[in-house]
Amino acid sequence: MAESTTDWQDRYYDIDQVLNTPGPRTDPAFLAGDGVKDFLRNQAKILVIGAGGLGCEILANLALTGFKDIHVIDMDTIDISNLNRQFLFRQKDVGQPKATVAAEFIMKRVPGVKVTPYFGKIQDKDDDYYLQFNLVICGLDSVEARRWMSATLVNLVDPENPESLKPLIDGGTEGFKGQARVILPTITSCYECSLDMLNKPTAFPICTIANTPRLPEHCIEWASVLEWPRVQGDKKMDTDDPEHIGWLYTVAAARAKEFKIEGVTWSLTQGVVKNIIPAIASTNAIIAASCCNEAFKIATSSAAYLNNYFMLIGTEGVYSYTFEHEKRDDCPVCGGEALDLPISSELTVEQLIELLVEKQDVQIKKPSLSTPTSQIYLQAPPQLEEATRPNLAKKVIELVPEGGEVTVTSSSLPFSLSLRISYK
Amino acid sequence: MKKNEDAAAKKKPKTSAAQIRVQKDLTELDLPSTMKTNFPDPADLLNFSLTITPDEGMYKGGAFVFSFAINTNYPHDPPKVKCTQTIGSQIYHPNVDLEGNVCLNILREDWKPVLNLNSVMVGLQYLFLEPNADDPLNKEAAIEMSKNRDQFLANVKSSMRGHNIKGVQYANVLAR
Repeated sequence: MAESTTDWQDRYYDIDQVLNTPGPRTDPAFLAGDGVKDFLRNQAKILVIGAGGLGCEILANLALTGFKDIHVIDMDTIDISNLNRQFLFRQKDVGQPKATVAAEFIMKRVPGVKVTPYFGKIQDKDDDYYLQFNLVICGLDSVEARRWMSATLVNLVDPENPESLKPLIDGGTEGFKGQARVILPTITSCYECSLDMLNKPTAFPICTIANTPRLPEHCIEWASVLEWPRVQGDKKMDTDDPEHIGWLYTVAAARAKEFKIEGVTWSLTQGVVKNIIPAIASTNAIIAASCCNEAFKIATSSAAYLNNYFMLIGTEGVYSYTFEHEKRDDCPVCGGEALDLPISSELTVEQLIELLVEKQDVQIKKPSLSTPTSQIYLQAPPQLEEATRPNLAKKVIELVPEGGEVTVTSSSLPFSLSLRISYK
Repeated sequence: MKKNEDAAAKKKPKTSAAQIRVQKDLTELDLPSTMKTNFPDPADLLNFSLTITPDEGMYKGGAFVFSFAINTNYPHDPPKVKCTQTIGSQIYHPNVDLEGNVCLNILREDWKPVLNLNSVMVGLQYLFLEPNADDPLNKEAAIEMSKNRDQFLANVKSSMRGHNIKGVQYANVLAR
């Protein structure tokens, strides 16, 4: 093993206890000793998404367990309200990008660790970027970003290349509650599979907001849902703009006064419109620690890893539950089948549809077809059928490039079928 | 060569889960003849309108238009639905306010990803068959409906012809 100059004696004494010898539950592939240490410290490349409440904890944990090549993505800048728990940031950093400041802090504090920040969106990066990592840990606060990340890693999997399967560890917290899960894209249930498990964001009946407000939240929703579009017209509300929050706060406070409701404040207004759930530093610490232990176990094969969903419920004492969340056959991301379909370059769309209807192993009733950018043929509603009908006579090759993806939906399919078209 | 092709294939856009779900919802709509969708741009499946022409109940004879706007976080987020008659004049309905906001539970507090566009459309039609005075958005209309049903029915009829009720100008919604 190449001894780095920053690895003073016994730096990893405790962790080496786990890595030096195999245990009864270790994977047969576990290379006890120098092999695994070399992989962890000199080869493994890990990506952290989010440098906020969870991200700060995750970065610190990873660096201290011996990961040395860490990348981090975050699109946010540091706000003063982050400082109570996002301990890599100081008052002087307010306004700076989280990813950059977090990376610098870790590198200064933990010698020999390289943290590469990216200040921007996960959507800016392409497949080649994500392919360079051994695994990905998410510490995000948005459903949308999680869905994107999970779908991207599922689509990255190439059955002929085992290296293309990137384990995804997803952490999340909400007040005293949290979850950590391990997703092996295409093998175990993905984020989309569990979309219906999510707590829905608190929403109040619109008639209550309009007529019988009882809570300060009702007044704030009245200001944001009903008054904003009525008064401001098409102007888009920006929940990060203090002027916009100020307007909503003034309107909500007047409403609250009218109905003799107490408790409308600036911070509650911001909390309701941005759907902020109070973040608790210690919940973040528990979840981040759990994510990092799984990352360590997966990277080293030194112990059995989480299969596959750990839930922490701290709202009623401490209760935790670990179970295997099942993959859904009708999952729109990982459930739909993908089929390689070599066709003649002379084949028309109509003939392709006939082929799908008659093909023994598919037999799809009334298929509707589209590419990622346009509709090829939709069976309904009548207006769209009519609009796409001229495509029936066209050759498929005019609409779909070599290797292009066609999404097929039909009531006879659990969700959808993805075709990869190639031409003979 | 093969490698280059693979790299090219990987850069191609992917169909998103929301896109597939909308395609599935739309192509499998099972609407009665009283409901019709209209796509201003047939290539854009995320923005369209729905016209409801009830064939029974007190709103029979009217044509009511709703706009649907679906975002990329569908079906986690519900579609945004508004009643869109001509600007400045709205419809007279206890559950629809003068800005076109609609009080339908599955559009907000009771939305779930297992619901689909069909459920929303059927829910909207139901509002015209059974307006609900207990969840008012147009308070005047709701009070009239529960206190003086005959007057309410008369108001519905006259509002649908585009008349003015208590200083509010309503849209002429009579189906042509």
